[in-house]
Amino acid sequence: MSDTKTGVPVYDGDIAPGDERADGTEVAEGIRGYLIGLGLSVVATVVAFFLAGTSLVWQPSIPAALIVLAIAQMGVHVVFFLHITTRPDSVNNVMALTFGIFVVFVLIVGSVWIMTHLNQNMIPMERMMQMQR
Amino acid sequence: MSIARTELGFAGGAVADVPLAVHAEGGIASKRIVTAYGFWVFLLSDVIIFAAFFATYAVLVDMTAGGPSGKDVFNLSAVALETGCLLLSSFTCGVAGLGARARNGSWYYGGMIATGLLGAAFLLLELRDFTTLIAQDAGPTRSAFLSAYFALVGLHGVHVTMGVLFLLTMIAQVYAKGYRPDILRRLLCFNLFWHTLDIIWVGIFTVVYLLGVAR
Repeated sequence: MSDTKTGVPVYDGDIAPGDERADGTEVAEGIRGYLIGLGLSVVATVVAFFLAGTSLVWQPSIPAALIVLAIAQMGVHVVFFLHITTRPDSVNNVMALTFGIFVVFVLIVGSVWIMTHLNQNMIPMERMMQMQR
Repeated sequence: MSIARTELGFAGGAVADVPLAVHAEGGIASKRIVTAYGFWVFLLSDVIIFAAFFATYAVLVDMTAGGPSGKDVFNLSAVALETGCLLLSSFTCGVAGLGARARNGSWYYGGMIATGLLGAAFLLLELRDFTTLIAQDAGPTRSAFLSAYFALVGLHGVHVTMGVLFLLTMIAQVYAKGYRPDILRRLLCFNLFWHTLDIIWVGIFTVVYLLGVAR
């Protein structure tokens, strides 16, 4: 059920997160994916740092562009470094990841949403201080 | 696949006739899959902890209490260097994993040592950032914004520190015990841990530093 030399499963069932479908035991055979991942991720990082400091781009678009770049880069890392792919053998890993992303989304968006509304409905600090006097 | 079932006493009989789900086609999952999947679930729960810190930061980012905002104190060139260190270390960490798969000591130890050095460089740069901030009277006690900043970035720094310790033990384990399957499972977990920290750093340098300076 698993190649005893590499420890990487060779049968056509599930695959562990982080493992690639074993296509050989040579370093050169696996390094290509990591190089592509590194290249894409360096491009995304350089563009993001450039955007943050430039005045060449319409300023209000920058935050959205930075967030899009970050999400894209996270995707690159997940696929090329963590080897979580949409192949059927990785479906358990993807489902765990999906649930994780869902909780993260609820936590962040929910917190920000609720706290902004609370801020709007709060008595301003100066008036609160006057009432306490 | 029949080997695994025999080992566990599931061979033949009614169990074999029960139609298994597609993802159990190969029989009982190997230990490597079970271990890595469990670690993956742990990492996702860790990511949720980070999400809570990110949410706290997003809520408190404007509460500067008359103190400095991110735009006033962040040093983007240091952050760019830190980012470079972590990105490269993710790559070298992957190379070390390939080296272990190929039973190639120079790739494995070379990759691991490079990863460790890059991780240590990242930590030193981050520590320098923190001491500079505290020296400028912008320490974690200055405002809610800075408390949230130090909590979020510091939590990541603590994780990287743990990762470097994990890395040193992995070098020692392979050195002492060789490429045994159980050691390779731990190495896979280390790889997952390190790559996940890099993904979280992508969130930090975008949300905290770049958006902090661009706002």
